Amino acid sequence: MTEVLAGLVAPFADIASSPRFFAEVLIGGVAAGLMYSLVALGFVLIFKASGVFNFAQGVMVLFAALTLVGLIERGLPVAVALALTVLVMVLLAFAIERIVLRPLVNQEYIILFMATIGLNFFLEGFGEMVWGANVKRLDVGIPDTSFKVAGVLVNRLELTAAVTAAVLVTVLAVFFQKTRIGRALRAVADDHLDRRVVGGGAGRHRGRHHVGRQERRAVQPFAHRPQGAACPHPRRLHVRPRRHRRRPHHRRRRKDRRGLLGAFGWRRDRKLVRLCDRLGVPPVPPARLVRRTNHRARMRATMRTHLLRWLTPRRSQGVR
Amino acid sequence: MIYREAGQFKTSYAADQAIFPIVQDRVLVTLGILAAFVVPPLVANEYWLQAVLIPLTIYALAALGLNLLTGYAGQLSLGTGGFMAVGAYAAFKLATAFPWLNILVVFGLAGLMAAMVGILFGIPSLRIKGFYLAVATLAAQFFLVWLFNKVPWFVNYASSGTITAPPRTVLGVMVTGPQATAPVRYVAALGVLALFALVAKNLVRGRMGRSWMAIRDRDIAAEIIGVRPLRTKLLAFAISSFYCGVAGAELVFLYLGSAETLAFDITLSFLVLFMVIIGGLGSILGSLLGAAFIVLIPIFLTNAPHHLGLALPVALQKQIELMVFGALIIFFLIVEPHGLARLWQIGKEKLRLWPFPH
Repeated sequence: MTEVLAGLVAPFADIASSPRFFAEVLIGGVAAGLMYSLVALGFVLIFKASGVFNFAQGVMVLFAALTLVGLIERGLPVAVALALTVLVMVLLAFAIERIVLRPLVNQEYIILFMATIGLNFFLEGFGEMVWGANVKRLDVGIPDTSFKVAGVLVNRLELTAAVTAAVLVTVLAVFFQKTRIGRALRAVADDHLDRRVVGGGAGRHRGRHHVGRQERRAVQPFAHRPQGAACPHPRRLHVRPRRHRRRPHHRRRRKDRRGLLGAFGWRRDRKLVRLCDRLGVPPVPPARLVRRTNHRARMRATMRTHLLRWLTPRRSQGVR
Repeated sequence: MIYREAGQFKTSYAADQAIFPIVQDRVLVTLGILAAFVVPPLVANEYWLQAVLIPLTIYALAALGLNLLTGYAGQLSLGTGGFMAVGAYAAFKLATAFPWLNILVVFGLAGLMAAMVGILFGIPSLRIKGFYLAVATLAAQFFLVWLFNKVPWFVNYASSGTITAPPRTVLGVMVTGPQATAPVRYVAALGVLALFALVAKNLVRGRMGRSWMAIRDRDIAAEIIGVRPLRTKLLAFAISSFYCGVAGAELVFLYLGSAETLAFDITLSFLVLFMVIIGGLGSILGSLLGAAFIVLIPIFLTNAPHHLGLALPVALQKQIELMVFGALIIFFLIVEPHGLARLWQIGKEKLRLWPFPH
């Protein structure tokens, strides 16, 4: 018993006796943790934006590093090599989206996960084939030296990495919560079906993060709402009377194509019925939401209610 | 033309509910099983049995177990390696503690042990789903392997830390241990696989399998129609772990001969998961096809350049192997996300119409 107590107390005694060493260890730990957060960030970024759990993340990092080192070894300056590496990785991402992920759109998460495992194998072999399998050394020009702050040793490399990680995490958080594209991406990644409902083809927005105007417009009414809130502010559910203007025929056609929301302005109720059928909800909106007995408004109210419900993350609804 | 059920009338419920209601299927499968039992022990050489067919049957059993859990009950698991380790170590402890016990009984008991551990690690599945559950089962994987590494009791205090299959006989024939010949071990493994595949097929056709599928497809709806999630999910974990445990015991006793915890690390879990997904989630045949794919393709890729008369550097060949393997996985997923079993099914449907277009 006393030994256990002593074991519990000893670390604190050490902290008290050598605060400097404690500070150094603490800083080292935080730096290492921030590095891990960078790795996690990669997973989160892709998962949030596309719903793909990318198993090949590590190999893609490896591939980027191999490319960078390989280019530097061929005598290119660091900045040029870095730019070229970024270019190569962007091209690679485009290729992956085109070849691997696009044909698998609307598949289960586990199938996509499996595909990225296949990608993992492929890139591992490919990277080694192109750049060689021997151990390499990466020198990005940040000295691996330490300096003293108030008597505490701080490693310059660790500090740089930590600051980079902190900045990147902040930027990403802001991107996903404050910008239109970020919110649209989150909504899109939440459910494939929703994405098709709100407009845009099924083949878009996986891997590559391009959001069209239509998508943004479609998702925007819901984007103000913090994710996880099960029910939006009631006022937002009001069906605003839309002013109608005569429009040339071709404009109308385009509007028809703009997802189901747009389509309902033009009374495509068969489509709505089919959609409600797929979502497994009755095509009748809750009575309190219907302001007018107007057929069109009723349809739109239905759409909105269901969309809002389906854009809400499943977890908060207790489904899935 | 050849594959047509026309004229085959069912006159009893038993005939209607047969696993293979069509005569052609029955004949083909019976012949296939007979061939699997008879041909390789007579024809195949030591290399084919030891390096290909024995691991194939054992992995197929493990894949079958995982498919029951992931494919039928919809609970994603990465703890397969851990459950197989439980089976292997339990079999080792039982076989050495009770030398008079029949080795097949030992396998069964080891499976039961794994089932109990599976139930324990299946408890989180009531709360969490999907990838999060996979991570929770990952805990089983790492914890169990760590446990077997740390506690010397599991390896009978052997200084090497390995478990070795003791020599045991069944019906007077040496089945495990260094003296057991490859054909005997193959037939033993195949016998176990055939029995368990039959059991699994009947499980998933019955009440239990249907409740698993109900839970998989929509758990709330399943609960409402009266499927108890707790019981069903834990049962899925138990039976799946039972299969994996037996496969793990076989892995050491019939294939490797001696092993340490390294044989049961996370790569094994992933390997079995590959087999299940490539073969087809929710298909008994798919588990076998997936295992065959994952075991055979690397061997084929290793030997293909040699047979084609290409002399590639070893490193380059290894890299090309990786690339082709990865590309094949992606290719098969894109062509048929429901796995090889679905391709087989499509082939059968095509064959029914052949040679007429409609």
